[in-house]
Amino acid sequence: MDPSLARRRFLLGAGALGASAFAVACTSNESGGDTPQQVAQGGEDNAQPGKQVTIGFSAPAGDHGWIAAITKNAKAQADAFKDVTFKPTEGTNDVNQQISQVESLVNENVDVLVILPFDGKALTATAQEVMDKDIPVINLDRIFDTPTAYRTWIGGDNYRMGYNAGLYIAEQMKAKSVSNPIIGEVAGIDSLPLTQERSKGFKDALAKSGFSVGPRVAAEFTVETGEKQTANLLQGASKLDALWNHDDDQGVGVMAAIDAAGRSEFLMVGGAGSRNMMDYIKADNKVIKATVLYSPSMASSAISLARLLGQSKGVADLAEHEIPASITTYSAVVTKENVDQYMDIGFES
Amino acid sequence: MSDVTEKSTLDERPAVQTAPAKSTSGLRMDIRLTILIGVLVALCVVGYALNPAFLGETNISIMLRLAAAIGVVSVGMTFVIISGGIDLSVGSMVALSSVWMTTLATQEYGPWVMVLCALLVGLGAGLINGVLIAYGKVVPFIATLAMYASARGLAERLSERQTQVVREQGFSDFFRGDLIGIPVLIWMLAVVFAVGWVLLNRTTFGRRTFAIGGNAEAARLAGINVKLHTAMVYGLAGLLCGVAAIMVVARTTSGASTNGMFYELDAIAAVVIGGTLLSGGRGTLIGTLIGVLIFTVVNSIFTQNNLETDIQNIAKGVIIVGAVLLQTLTSRRAKT
Repeated sequence: MDPSLARRRFLLGAGALGASAFAVACTSNESGGDTPQQVAQGGEDNAQPGKQVTIGFSAPAGDHGWIAAITKNAKAQADAFKDVTFKPTEGTNDVNQQISQVESLVNENVDVLVILPFDGKALTATAQEVMDKDIPVINLDRIFDTPTAYRTWIGGDNYRMGYNAGLYIAEQMKAKSVSNPIIGEVAGIDSLPLTQERSKGFKDALAKSGFSVGPRVAAEFTVETGEKQTANLLQGASKLDALWNHDDDQGVGVMAAIDAAGRSEFLMVGGAGSRNMMDYIKADNKVIKATVLYSPSMASSAISLARLLGQSKGVADLAEHEIPASITTYSAVVTKENVDQYMDIGFES
Repeated sequence: MSDVTEKSTLDERPAVQTAPAKSTSGLRMDIRLTILIGVLVALCVVGYALNPAFLGETNISIMLRLAAAIGVVSVGMTFVIISGGIDLSVGSMVALSSVWMTTLATQEYGPWVMVLCALLVGLGAGLINGVLIAYGKVVPFIATLAMYASARGLAERLSERQTQVVREQGFSDFFRGDLIGIPVLIWMLAVVFAVGWVLLNRTTFGRRTFAIGGNAEAARLAGINVKLHTAMVYGLAGLLCGVAAIMVVARTTSGASTNGMFYELDAIAAVVIGGTLLSGGRGTLIGTLIGVLIFTVVNSIFTQNNLETDIQNIAKGVIIVGAVLLQTLTSRRAKT
């Protein structure tokens, strides 16, 4: 099977599971369950070619692996459909510029817009104006300030990312019967809400087993800061049992610091799901044993959704006639056991 | 050799005889302008050939609204550079003004206080630059470099690195709206340029700016209060950053400490390709306006045809060097 198609199917499935908004009872034919008859099926066969759709795409500059993968995935997904014309704009970290790009795309009469804003709040008014012109906007990850500014939001789950990392570490600690584990955390930029959510999820999950976060530093999502902050953390903690690093892009620096310090007494969990971390997990020869997903494959899903929106189709296998207004991707824990299954969505950092 | 002597006499022309004497440099200014306009027109033709929608009303509006904030900043930069200085802090002052005007405390007082706040913060920061440079004798590069760092730092502190959304609907309604069919932002750009042009070319303030940039010592001997005037020029640049902040906040309906990144580079580039001498004493606002427009048009061509930004940055560099080289070459030829 075409890998991107497989990825899309997998993701749509995962996304659907994660979305709490719709409580659809069994719609597949196999599971009989309580409902003897299928109520509805929104999408028929989504893969069937339909009406030609022009999708405009705008994202920040690809200055780190994750964002670069977002743009790459979106393009690859669009190329996989014969009925999609893809109009990307080059990434920019200047909101003023991104607003112009969005306006230009509207001027070029795109049918659907996919926007990952540099700053969700700063792009809200512009997106609202686009929606007011009856052009559906798919908001990718960084959320707009008002829900009416997007037709559908698809993004990651920062709280659950931390939560699942915490659950995994707690489970490993119990399996190794470490009673009072020293658990470290390398966070991202602390003032960002996403970092705060991740840390809260992590703390909450550890608390369920009576554990808590020990040494903690905050890097800035870059390799350089990851290295520097981790070196500091290792300096201060002579012994660790586990370490969670929020972000695999900065993880390159985190790993470098761990190697430089010659430390290997603990297990490390990453975040986001980069290809090189997955390679390490698979090879099982470094401290990193798992990573929790916050996958840029959401960009592939966003393009699929944009296509369906443009063709007025729902998501196949869901009973809804319309595309849901909000989809949260699931932060699965990737370990040595299941890493092969996730290799296709690992991104280059 | 005659070239050299001619140049030196030109540079030493009496500083008080300010606006460039028409007989000597008027013609050269015209050649520079003609080249610039030629480049702009050529770019527009390229844009139109690649995509006919390029010169449509909507795209022109998109381009001018994008150019508005940087255009206003460039007006202030033109004054500063003509006076022989440089201002590296404009982007940070835009950020600080945009944050200060959108704090909850400011928003409570309504849209016009927000506007006033942006103007005062910009003016204040600019005057601090000016006083440090004029009275503290700090080199402009260093004084404004310090403001570059600290204004953004203060902006980050005030906003706690959060984006502050404008809840004051009246502000957005007015500044995002149209006035007689033309977006308010474009009006603001036009008014700032018009007022700036009159100020530079038709008032004593403008003549003194040229004089100080040409030869500060001669200007002082001629009775100009150089210190006060220098401080005022930086104050003006700051004030215009306040105006630009209002425009950025209008476009993004929010204030953030990340606003105005690299505005100093864009503004200096526009001023320089507009034919203003970095050493001061000579320059035009029309040139700056065309400089800003050239970059905006390049930008729009790249966006519309989805060319990569790295190439765009290379193109920017080539345009800066090309424009300046072309001007130097032609002005030399015009003289010999």
